[in-house]
Amino acid sequence: MKSVGTPIDRLDAQRKVLGTATYAMDTEVTKVAHAVIVTSTIAKGSISSLDMTAAKREPGVLAVMSHLDAPKVMAGKGKAGGAAERILQLLQDPQIAYADQPIAVVVADTLERAQHAASLLVVKYTNEAAVATIEQALGSASTPKSFNHGKPDWSRGSVEVGLVQAKFKLEQTYTTPNQNHNPMEPHGTIAVWHGDELTLYDSTQGIFGCRNRISEVLGIPKEKVRVINQFVGGGFGSKGTPWSHTALAAMSAKLVNRPVKLAVTRQQMFSLVGHRPHTIQNIALGCDAEGKLTAVRHDVISETSRFDEFVEPSALQSRMLYECANISTTHKVVGIDAPTPTFMRAPGEASGTFAIESAIDELAFMAKIDPLEFRIRNYASSDPQGKPFSSKSLRQCYDAAAAKFGWKKRTPDPRSMRDGHELVGYGMATATYPANQQPASARAIAKPDGTFLVRAGTQDLGTGTYTVMTQIAADALEVPIEMVRFELGDSLMPETPVSGGSMTVNSVGPAVKQACIALKGMMAIARPEDKAKDIVAEIKTELAKDHDLYSMHAFGAPFVEVRVDEDLGTIRVARVVAAYACGKILNPKTANNQFVGGITWGIGMALQEETIRDRRTGRNVTRDLADYHVPVHADIPPIDVISIDEEDLHVNTIGTKGIGEIGITGITGAIANAVFHATGKRVRELPIRLDKLLG
Amino acid sequence: MNPFSYLRPTTEKEAFAALSQPDTMALAGGTTLVDLMRLEIMRPLHVVDITGLPLGKIETGVSSITIGALATNSDVAYHPDVVAKLPALADAIRAGASGQIRNMATTSGNLLQRTRCPYFRDASSPCNKRSPGSGCAALEGFTRMNAIVGTSKDCIAAHPSDMSVALVALDASVHLRSTSGERSVKVGDFYTLPANHPNVESVIQPGELVVSVEVPITPLAATSRYVKVRDRWSYAFALAAAAVALDVQGGTIKAASVVLGGVGTKPWREPAVEQALIGKPATQEVFVSAANLALATPDVRPDNAFKVGLAKRVVARALGLVAGGSK
Repeated sequence: MKSVGTPIDRLDAQRKVLGTATYAMDTEVTKVAHAVIVTSTIAKGSISSLDMTAAKREPGVLAVMSHLDAPKVMAGKGKAGGAAERILQLLQDPQIAYADQPIAVVVADTLERAQHAASLLVVKYTNEAAVATIEQALGSASTPKSFNHGKPDWSRGSVEVGLVQAKFKLEQTYTTPNQNHNPMEPHGTIAVWHGDELTLYDSTQGIFGCRNRISEVLGIPKEKVRVINQFVGGGFGSKGTPWSHTALAAMSAKLVNRPVKLAVTRQQMFSLVGHRPHTIQNIALGCDAEGKLTAVRHDVISETSRFDEFVEPSALQSRMLYECANISTTHKVVGIDAPTPTFMRAPGEASGTFAIESAIDELAFMAKIDPLEFRIRNYASSDPQGKPFSSKSLRQCYDAAAAKFGWKKRTPDPRSMRDGHELVGYGMATATYPANQQPASARAIAKPDGTFLVRAGTQDLGTGTYTVMTQIAADALEVPIEMVRFELGDSLMPETPVSGGSMTVNSVGPAVKQACIALKGMMAIARPEDKAKDIVAEIKTELAKDHDLYSMHAFGAPFVEVRVDEDLGTIRVARVVAAYACGKILNPKTANNQFVGGITWGIGMALQEETIRDRRTGRNVTRDLADYHVPVHADIPPIDVISIDEEDLHVNTIGTKGIGEIGITGITGAIANAVFHATGKRVRELPIRLDKLLG
Repeated sequence: MNPFSYLRPTTEKEAFAALSQPDTMALAGGTTLVDLMRLEIMRPLHVVDITGLPLGKIETGVSSITIGALATNSDVAYHPDVVAKLPALADAIRAGASGQIRNMATTSGNLLQRTRCPYFRDASSPCNKRSPGSGCAALEGFTRMNAIVGTSKDCIAAHPSDMSVALVALDASVHLRSTSGERSVKVGDFYTLPANHPNVESVIQPGELVVSVEVPITPLAATSRYVKVRDRWSYAFALAAAAVALDVQGGTIKAASVVLGGVGTKPWREPAVEQALIGKPATQEVFVSAANLALATPDVRPDNAFKVGLAKRVVARALGLVAGGSK
């Protein structure tokens, strides 16, 4: 009986419900001291004086570390560099580059004593005027120095010519705000030194990236650093690269010669661990009388810090989403006095599909063509960038979701559907995310008792890695899943990539499968005396050549109904039907969780989420989950997900494309389009709040 | 968190003795105080936990319901007499906070909760309410959640409570007790405007405890409703809210109560709207034109100017619900 493809419960669910799953900060470590990070109150300038006397006098205080006495470490970029690394703030100098930047660490025997002592630091600053928003510095927009998706600018044909040819055209600006990830489990690290060897219990999406980065920062061999992380309470990109707190925990543990536990506070989650940057997206589209696209231009400006660079690649999908002879895309960044942004669930596609899918809806309306029909007329059967798709079932997604949603009942005119004092709107969009993959390794062990142990140094972000890897291994070994134990989350295990870019299953799944197949081969020829000991097979995968030959993407189509109170402007998403084609689905239950989670977040992104930064001071105004809104149960309607199974062995040997991120793509555009259909008001700035519909 | 002493007295005598020390705060459900102590916004030297006092009862009398200071928000919101006789109060409490918070928060704590102005809650921002004389960061700052009436040049912090808006509309009284005796104050007179002393928020005096809230049972109260508009469907503070009640006889409005939430530095009664309703037929046209008299001279800023129009629509909606008798 095959396990892959069956909706089994998460194998770790019971441990999580009972509270026995050991998250990084739950790890029991004897004699652990507690560290708190003190952060700057200004956004730009320098520390002119810092008096630690009172803090150091407090009972229980073991150390106060600041730029005055912190050990010299390497806070800049290491060998990996580029977009996958952030410059850290490790108390190396008195400069302040953003509000709520680390300026000191206080270590005490209890958390409460550390917190209290931290409040006794007396800090004086030389304050300089901060640039808090990119609108204040648009003149300095420039092409990014690094871009990890090919080139920042790409074009084919001539958009100018295409716009001249167009019967209908539009030119509009769409914006998305700063957003913070805020996983339920905030970041945290427990650092334990044994002589010159360091063990980090760290809530991270990448134990090997963490190991490598921290070894470079501290100047010690990576073999001396071990990172352990068996459960993650969400990451969404914010735990994809190591941040300052992890290095500060290791530095302070060394200083006090004791294990140190350092938890990032919810308030600090808004400045210390990255954010999705504010984007300004200018789009020009043109189409002929039949609605065939003649021009697609998508120019993106996004926020970054002054001292580091992160690019929100919001125009990437516009290079391949629709067939068009004339396409042009650019990316620019503006550096301001703010923390460095980072990857946040579907970085690029989440913000970019809002803009392009809103614009497509606007153009379809101008051309008086049903927005679904408009998309079908512009269907790209191969990637406009040149390669064929390895597989693409978007058409089936459109058909299945439209049928189940009842799209045919939509009347085309805005404000044409109502129910009492509620205006009803139907909207849809295209969702897309690339099928990413990297080499990975895994080890499969046949135990003398007949059971199997499979290990790979990967992560389970709450997504179901434990579960689906066990399913893959059991099928490859042709045994029931009860015979297999899968372990992850320790950098002593075989190396795998970061759990980001929806690629954990795509990368680690094939490694697990191949290790198990190799183990079966070894067992077939093993002598009885060999079977009295562990039999071990370990493999490392390579990327298939197909990755150069094909364009590999998952696709989907969310359809939404919104209801807008005509008097009060309140917006309610009443139902969602979405279909996705993401290659092979290993476990329909955990997959559904991912799709529904992405859609739920998309509803929040469309209607609620926004990090407000004070224009005058550069300080965050939204500093907790009461003020920074994410959806609550009452905001979320029934969500009906249809999965279109694909057989695509070009992507990898298990045929998966990744499902973690696609759910948040397209959905914001679908909601904006439904709000327009309901009200006749086109909102081009997220989030869509009621005041934008009043008046 | 600042170090502090903690005492949990079981008699009022002990409690009043402990509360007479300077820098002392009473602790009930803790949903405001503990939060603000963790943020270093409130730094009492002594915390007196009053949950050992027998102040949790809800008692229905002939002409009023008396709610003990320590009755939890959940206890009140789901009490059958409150639901039947004071529907706006039940609605308002359920529209506030989250289930978990309502299970902990008490009636007196809800009355005395502190503002959600983000600058009050960020210790590094100037705030006259938190540290008198330091200035007001909100005046030129992000003001979506701030007040547009009852403001001063020193403070525009909105009053956060939903419950208090309903209590003002229902003409409730607060019973206060101290070692020198008891007194009663209408909830409508309980809160003070910020003026040049935004650190003072009510008429409660040091050493005084809220012991109960008494709400009259009237035909008007039985019609009351609470409508709240916010940025998400639960666990969000009001952008605009209204507690309203109407006494309609033979199609004519004999009495009206209209109090706004989310827009004022305290729950905001609108006598002009009430007067415009009395003697008129209970029609939606009358409701809309009366509601338009609300907030005649608002103090708006770019982020919150929309609240003026929104609040009027909320009042009209709430009046319509009362007249219609259903949601």
